[in-house]
Amino acid sequence: MNSILSANAGLIIMVVKTVLLLFIVLTVNAYLTWFERKVVARIQSRWGPYRVGPHGLLQPLADGVKFLFKEDPTPAGVDKFVYHLAPLLALTLAMTSIAIIPFGPNPIRILGHDVYLGIASPNLNIGILALFAITALGVYGVALAGWSSNSKYPLMGGLRSSAQMISYELSLTMSVVGVLLLAGTFNLRDIINAQAAPGVFGWHGIFGWNIWRQIVGFFCFFVAAIAETNRAPFDLPEAEQELVAGFNTEYASFKFAMFFIAEYTSMITISCLCSIMFFGGWLSPFPDSWTFTHYLPSLILIPFGLWVIWDGIRYETIFGRIVLPGIGTVMVALGAVLVLFPAVNEFIQGPFWLLSKILFFLFFYVWMRGTLPRFRYDQLMAFGWKLLLPLSIVNVIGTSFAILQWGPK
Amino acid sequence: MVPTSYYIILSAVLFGLGVFAFIFKRNIITMFMSIELMLNAVNLAFVAFSQALGKPDGQVFVLFVVVVAAAEAAVGLGIIILIARNRQSLNVERVDLLKL
Amino acid sequence: MTPQLAVFFVLAALAVAGAINLILQKHPIHSALSLIVVMVALAGLYLLLGAEFVAAVQIIVYGGAIMVLFVFVIMLLNAGVEEHTSLSKLAGGPGLLLAVALAGFIAATVARSSDSVQAAAQNGTLAPTRDISSMIFKEFVYPFELTSFLVLVAILGAAVLAQREKS
Repeated sequence: MNSILSANAGLIIMVVKTVLLLFIVLTVNAYLTWFERKVVARIQSRWGPYRVGPHGLLQPLADGVKFLFKEDPTPAGVDKFVYHLAPLLALTLAMTSIAIIPFGPNPIRILGHDVYLGIASPNLNIGILALFAITALGVYGVALAGWSSNSKYPLMGGLRSSAQMISYELSLTMSVVGVLLLAGTFNLRDIINAQAAPGVFGWHGIFGWNIWRQIVGFFCFFVAAIAETNRAPFDLPEAEQELVAGFNTEYASFKFAMFFIAEYTSMITISCLCSIMFFGGWLSPFPDSWTFTHYLPSLILIPFGLWVIWDGIRYETIFGRIVLPGIGTVMVALGAVLVLFPAVNEFIQGPFWLLSKILFFLFFYVWMRGTLPRFRYDQLMAFGWKLLLPLSIVNVIGTSFAILQWGPK
Repeated sequence: MVPTSYYIILSAVLFGLGVFAFIFKRNIITMFMSIELMLNAVNLAFVAFSQALGKPDGQVFVLFVVVVAAAEAAVGLGIIILIARNRQSLNVERVDLLKL
Repeated sequence: MTPQLAVFFVLAALAVAGAINLILQKHPIHSALSLIVVMVALAGLYLLLGAEFVAAVQIIVYGGAIMVLFVFVIMLLNAGVEEHTSLSKLAGGPGLLLAVALAGFIAATVARSSDSVQAAAQNGTLAPTRDISSMIFKEFVYPFELTSFLVLVAILGAAVLAQREKS
């Protein structure tokens, strides 16, 4: 038994990593819905989920149970194979794209193997292209869902949504070319490492990030990504007032949940990509010489944990008075562990910064949803083809010119 | 390592299947798809030989074939839409206006 | 049976199954889905051959753009189940013979060819994208410009063909 384990240790580590990442992504998805409902509610001057569990924290669990137990009818006259395939395709592709993201620079040493954070191998030379390939295939989930539902509104919604996705896919890929020209590689780790060099005015840290050199590219990428994931303000194809929920009208309970999870997972992937390509990935905004900034995770965790304990002790329900201080204690303990063990602290720096940037972009996504009105469909298509695509092409030309003029000889 | 001949035989089989699909099917769109299948089979042969000879020429050719196939698909599907609008049918045997 | 040979057989079986399914299915949308499976299997084979850039381009362009075009047209034209007339059934027999003869001829030529094709290519290195791009922009720059012109002409042609009659 031991010899079989050690011979296939690489494979077993890969399987364990995949299962762990899947679990983490699904949990993050669930709490992303909670986060979105809370933030949109606060923007609209109301509370958001508050009853189900302390501060509404068990709301995703309640939603999950609802999705599992709702009736799952199959409408008459649908193309059975395609109807059942579409949500499966959407979910699988969204989950596969998470596998390519690297979450940290340094590997952990387990059983003599170097385990990197992130499923794809560290020298996957076509990192970003593989991500675009998966995004390109994502159109099928929506198009086939709309078509196979044998009904007018889903067909219209599906066609509109897939037309929107393929239009903005062009700007998405073109806007990244500037970053690729600057980094000289498709590999995501090398793109991050290329941003570690000193940037504007020769200053280190935040000034080396691609956002300073590629501001137009970032704008094009972010807008195209929001349109690609069918989120507000580009969510006409699935808006309730317009198209009766568009392509997922005829999908109920678990299949609808699969589309839902696919959408939120692609949101997470795009946030990861934005942070990696334009905001330095796992690099700290402070220069490396300022080692006192390495205590920032503990500095955030410990006071926040204490506040959660204090809020929990005075909470209304008994359940909240037990659970919230428990969560707070875990946070304080984590912060203390980071202060006491410098090796763990060093390891956690990379993932900490990457996760905070991802969280910032997710907040930005939700903020836009709560604030901006929807685009009309012809405005949406005109914006994609007449403004965004020429802008990203101009960005490519400008970046190439700049590299020729001022780049390394 | 997989011998190059295996790839060529697979490419030949796919090409033969594409030819058969082109002859047997009557729907214009499916016949068009069989043309794409034939092009893909040829691409596989190109890449297999590119690896066997160790030069990237074959892969460059594959990129050109892909671009040409895309252009052909765009124009061909435009023509198909026109035919479907005019003849109200996608059966290739109904498009026989030039028959004697 | 090395792992690479096993992966090759799995992907090859997937590709051939997809192609056979394209022939057997009655509805064009199912044929389109089978063709997408063939393309993804071929992309896997390109990865096995070490052509990673071509594999990515295959999925992005063929699987994500050309086949989407096909699926759109099938959806827009409301293509239904296709009918098989007696003529097509008559043509099926000689067609099958022709296809088998073609494939068999190529396979026989390969089997009788020199050892360099039979043997496994020892050169298993991946061709970096840098080599491909320098080749496109240096030796093949004239075909590159011509194909970009071709694509422009195709865009214009498709736009003209698909516009409605001004009645």
